[in-house]
Amino acid sequence: MADYNVKPRSRDTEIVRSTVWSAGPGCHGTCGVLAHIRKGKLVKIEGDPEHPWNQGRLCARCLAMTQYAYHPDRLTRPLKRTGERGEGKWQEISWDEAYDLIENRMGKIREAFGAESVVFSMGTGRDISSWLCMLAYAYGSPNVMFAMSGNACYSPRIAAVETVLGDYCVPDAAQWLERRYEDPKYRIPKCLVIWGYNIPNTCPDNIFGHWFIDLMKRGAEIICMDPRLTWFSSRAKHWLRLRPGTDGALAMGFLHVIIQEGLYDQRFVEKWTNAPFLVSKDTGKLLRASDITEDGSRENFVVWDSNGDKAVVWDSGKADYISSQPKAALKGTFSVELRDKSRIECRTVWDAFCEEVDKYPLERVEEITRVPKREIRAAARFYAESKPASIHWGLPIDSTPGITPTAQAITALWCLTGNLEIPGGNVVARNAFECVSYALPGAEGVIRLASKEADRKRISVDKYGPFRKFIWRAQTDTVLDQIFTGKPYPVKGLWMQTGNIIAGIGFEPKKWKEAFKKVDFIVAVDLFMTPTTQYADVILPAATFLEKDSVRSWWVPLQSINKAMSVEGCKSDLEINFELAKRFDPNLRWDSVEELFDDILKNSGMTYKELQEKVWALPPEGNSSAPYFRHEKGLLRKDGRPGFSTPSGKMEIYSSLREEWNLEPLPHYEEPPFTAVSRPDLAEKYPLILSTGRRSFAFFNAEHRNIPWLRELDPDPTVEIHPDTARSLGISDGEWVWVENWLDKQKFKAKLTIAVQPQMVMVAHGWWFPEEEGAEPSLFGAWKSNINQLIPMGSQGKDGLGSPLKNLLCKVYKVHA
Amino acid sequence: MKSMDNKKKKPEFGLLIDYEYCTGCHTCEVACAQEYTHKTGIRGIKVFEVEQTLPNGKEYLTYFPFPTEACLLCPHLTKEGFEPACVKHCMAACMKYGRIEDLAKEVGRKPRMVLWVPR
Repeated sequence: MADYNVKPRSRDTEIVRSTVWSAGPGCHGTCGVLAHIRKGKLVKIEGDPEHPWNQGRLCARCLAMTQYAYHPDRLTRPLKRTGERGEGKWQEISWDEAYDLIENRMGKIREAFGAESVVFSMGTGRDISSWLCMLAYAYGSPNVMFAMSGNACYSPRIAAVETVLGDYCVPDAAQWLERRYEDPKYRIPKCLVIWGYNIPNTCPDNIFGHWFIDLMKRGAEIICMDPRLTWFSSRAKHWLRLRPGTDGALAMGFLHVIIQEGLYDQRFVEKWTNAPFLVSKDTGKLLRASDITEDGSRENFVVWDSNGDKAVVWDSGKADYISSQPKAALKGTFSVELRDKSRIECRTVWDAFCEEVDKYPLERVEEITRVPKREIRAAARFYAESKPASIHWGLPIDSTPGITPTAQAITALWCLTGNLEIPGGNVVARNAFECVSYALPGAEGVIRLASKEADRKRISVDKYGPFRKFIWRAQTDTVLDQIFTGKPYPVKGLWMQTGNIIAGIGFEPKKWKEAFKKVDFIVAVDLFMTPTTQYADVILPAATFLEKDSVRSWWVPLQSINKAMSVEGCKSDLEINFELAKRFDPNLRWDSVEELFDDILKNSGMTYKELQEKVWALPPEGNSSAPYFRHEKGLLRKDGRPGFSTPSGKMEIYSSLREEWNLEPLPHYEEPPFTAVSRPDLAEKYPLILSTGRRSFAFFNAEHRNIPWLRELDPDPTVEIHPDTARSLGISDGEWVWVENWLDKQKFKAKLTIAVQPQMVMVAHGWWFPEEEGAEPSLFGAWKSNINQLIPMGSQGKDGLGSPLKNLLCKVYKVHA
Repeated sequence: MKSMDNKKKKPEFGLLIDYEYCTGCHTCEVACAQEYTHKTGIRGIKVFEVEQTLPNGKEYLTYFPFPTEACLLCPHLTKEGFEPACVKHCMAACMKYGRIEDLAKEVGRKPRMVLWVPR
């Protein structure tokens, strides 16, 4: 094998090693690349064979970087709006003029209405979230918004796992180890559960999709939960073809089999979960030390010691029992004396958990999910009996208002089967070396608001528990409402970066358009004109990942993004936001971007310069960001004691936080709000299940429609229809059809395929037509084939999370009848 | 026959494709387009999809990459010891470049393999 790093193909070519993140391929990246630069220009890009993440591989979107970076439509000058919003009239201005204008307009809004009246909006965050937070916080606004209804992409899953486990988990594909699958510490999973995910397409969640193919080649067998025929479901040992939106019921069915057949890890349940905690039969709430003794703490819980036949207190702060080690009862009813000497009946969390699980016999699960019970049983057994086994889940988990109880059930699966923190199981994912730039759920970042006081004004923080505890964002549906109502305070400004609300991330996008028109001042930062940028007052031209220096610490490895080239006139999101952050906050903690990087990297013991030399670094064993068995070694808690960073220090199969938020503490299933089951009235008129959001290998959400090499691969917005359904509707392959429901109708090209079942259609998302007129009313064709027009805002769950985008209803008919 | 053999150089190299693992990600196509800065529509390799219900009622999805008339096997890369662009970037690592006789020995190693010898 030739040495890629020292042997450029020609003498005048320099090779720059860097890391992929955001603008360009659009994904969450992490891949190592070699950028071939000739006379300052990118001539070719390759995967870095020495990088442990992608090992030389690189996807179609990244390989199209030359077309992306030098696209004739790239924005290269700041633009100021001269006509009406949406009219498409612009004037080029200098960067200084743009900065001055923004400083002036946003400064006036801050003076008159307070900093919180400007909302800072993003799409898929990537290497912008940190810098967007930096700017918002420097300006003084707590209102950073991920613009999707119910914040329904990944944050809900992260928050749900944090709720019960104190950390987030991902499947272990040896990504923490330089030698990967060859490392002697690692074990190949015997069973891989691919839950609602066609992950080879676009690697959306900071996981390289093809690792799972690597693992299959090495013997891993697949359980696939997917309503659609996919590459994985074709090759699965068990393919559970569930009705969209019923993942929670399926997970409860798995738990049912596992508990009924005793396939769980008894030792883990007793030692590491809160299964022995007592729950009052009176109140239905967890018994707390403050209930039984005068000086008992509300933070501490109670178990029943079957040795001494007495209640014993669990000290949450120490993650241990207060006195001697009891033999904590897992099952049974116990009479406990309260501090006023009265007695109440208590049962264990385990009994309450099992009782909930008992509500899901497989007959019922089959009725809900439409998966034959025989298949559910076989798959659940195979999962529980395989060691190690690993679960990877996708967006469908977030695509229901019942996201949190669904994720609780799935988390319970990997915990109760003893697959947590073991090689080849599900392991805790933390930022490499604990270098945290901005606050993701559960982590305090280097970049934060000046005071907790300022955070009190964050939109919806008073409404939703997870938003107070883990999710440092504004709740999106509430923001949209507040733009119209002006209550409790008006939204006067909008900063939009890395997101295309009209064509990509916003549901009911016409409402968003109206919202834009209500706001006084809008800045958009983007690389191309989009339907959304049309509503800005100022547009700033951003850079691709190859045109910037940056750091990346999201999970592993710790990486530097190294500037390889530049496109005249463009600036990186970080440069733009840093300049304005300095203007809005004269006391900004960093004088230069490099100082900021060094601050973020502090915990790694490396400076930015040092990291740049290495490009990537993996945390060593013993670091709290490297697996395995960290709960046993005391690496997950700040005090260094064994256990978890949950309120009790245990993995909480019964969530004390959910109890505090007045939400159901146990996992369960909730039927999504717009299905044939929940709304038979709507199903009469709209008989087909409408599902959207499936990934295209060619595009990242609303991006890349303008890149010829990629558009060629996926030229039209399609709706997948089963051939039998199409026949009954008189629809032929390639024909344009209307997809319609109670909100709107949009036009798609029929793709007849057995990938979907007869009762369901799958509609492509993120479609607009960069080749068409940008000004209203065309708006790059954003109102023609935009499935988001059929997806409601405001259907988030009781905790503010989730959105039913994969389990709606519609009808389909020919455009030319 | 003999005269034809003399005129045309006998092929020496080929691609061994383990299509069991091709996921249809089309990386090979764009890797090729980049390597040769091909215009839209020209590809040295193209991925095809076969979607069918098997006799046992199981639905199955197969992808297979097919080197087209435009495939040259990247001699400018291989002579320097690098792999052809498609092979190097294949996300599923399901392609192998080599001498036909070596690849022929491997083709029987497992099912669902194909050995291509482009023009």
